[in-house]
Amino acid sequence: MKRIYMDNNATTAVRPEVLEAMLPYFREHFGNPSSVHWAGRAVSPAVEKAREQVAKLINCSAAEIVFISCGSEGDNHAIKGTAESLKDKGNHIITTTVEHPAVLHTCKALEKQGFEVTYLPVDKDGMLDLDALEKAITDKTILISIMWANNETGNIFPVEQIGAIAKKHKVRFHTDAVQAVGKIPVDVQAAGVDLLVLSGHKIGAPKGVGALYIRRGTKLTPLIHGGHQERNRRAGTHNVPSIVGLGVACELAGAEQAEHYARIKALRDRLEKGIFDQVPEVKLNGHPELRLPNTLNVSFAYIEGESLLLNFDMKGIAASSGSACTSGSLEPSHVMGAMCVDVVLAHSSTRFSLGADNTQEDVDYVLEVLPPIVQRLREMSPLYNRGGKPLTCDECQIVRRV
Amino acid sequence: MYTDKVMDHFSNPRNVGEIENADGVGEVGNASCGDIMKIYLKVENNIIKDVKFKTFGCGAAIATSSMVTEMAIGKTIDEALELTNAAVAEALDGLPPAKIHCSNLAADALHEAIKNYKESKA
Repeated sequence: MKRIYMDNNATTAVRPEVLEAMLPYFREHFGNPSSVHWAGRAVSPAVEKAREQVAKLINCSAAEIVFISCGSEGDNHAIKGTAESLKDKGNHIITTTVEHPAVLHTCKALEKQGFEVTYLPVDKDGMLDLDALEKAITDKTILISIMWANNETGNIFPVEQIGAIAKKHKVRFHTDAVQAVGKIPVDVQAAGVDLLVLSGHKIGAPKGVGALYIRRGTKLTPLIHGGHQERNRRAGTHNVPSIVGLGVACELAGAEQAEHYARIKALRDRLEKGIFDQVPEVKLNGHPELRLPNTLNVSFAYIEGESLLLNFDMKGIAASSGSACTSGSLEPSHVMGAMCVDVVLAHSSTRFSLGADNTQEDVDYVLEVLPPIVQRLREMSPLYNRGGKPLTCDECQIVRRV
Repeated sequence: MYTDKVMDHFSNPRNVGEIENADGVGEVGNASCGDIMKIYLKVENNIIKDVKFKTFGCGAAIATSSMVTEMAIGKTIDEALELTNAAVAEALDGLPPAKIHCSNLAADALHEAIKNYKESKA
């Protein structure tokens, strides 16, 4: 059976060049880079080289890069570290309703400790109102945390304008750039970002490694206390092979991003157009233009996302869904809820996130098998051709309208 | 995450559709929760002769709907009323814990259809 992977926003395969670069650091160069002896000395330059490679990709200096274990750690570090270090200055944080759970739940945890959080709404296309952002800033605001690009819709937020607003009001700006890095140019200087998080496994490095950019002079309480690694900013023995892999992945991303952008966007657009041409009653979730080149999020009316994904899976196609049934909770995607997507459509939201390995043949195969699957599930749905009024639920109240 | 039986009933659901002039129709669930099941009955001499279903929902919702139709056909009304959601899940060799709440409504839908049948007869 064909295997077509269109879930690159969830994770990516480790690239061969990355794996190749990593392998010596499991056996031959196994040392702890903090050690003074020959074994340590053999690996510390590799960690520093990786730091340079990561820094170059996002246009900062190597000293501003801290290696971390994952995107969630970086977001926790940036937000909790800021809250702790700036608590004498204020207790107000501004974020959005569509952030990744690593940001949202960190903010919720801080609310329990007495911090106040403003969750900015988005419009039906999932975009922010920057006037609302500026109006939300008070003399107690210590942090603006807004993602560079949304993982579900692919929407790209205007980080340069947000950075300018943050600078004007002298508020620190953190951005979760996990989905943006490698897909679009990410420049921390141009965007005026103080804290940025990126994750290795979204760009062809392994799972379990990432980087936190901390602008020089930014006071940030560590999240993990312990040894003196990473200039006392993040304790814990370096994950040397993965850090080496992250460095190589960043170097490749820098070299290939522009070419990949054009090629992947052409495939995504072909998929999008093909679906809209062939299947009636489909809704695009996200902004029509201001989106990552690889992401397509659509809802197929009358059917539920998980059953769609299972059917795709039976045809070898890997995609993802915002349905409650795929999230492990009883609620559909909070991003769809924030965009006021109709509840049935939220349950059917389906995300295709393409990668450099996808081909036009892959796209055409999806376009061949998708319409009959959608039609078959629609024929099974009691909502299809129902007429009359839409169903609502008073008991659940699951999707909160903004 | 799903058993082979669930996947079998999901990929080849039995008794999908509607029954024209059904003797009883029942619908449970709601769109916000992501699951709606509608069951149609044909009853003769107090015995369920035919069952059809339509379901909006996840893999478990579709599989339980399919399974309950198979379990109900041939049973008397009273026997069918004794069918439980747990028995349907068991017949599928179990469901993932997260699916028990929202997707296991098939027996409820059947009972609603029987209730509707009894009311229309009364």
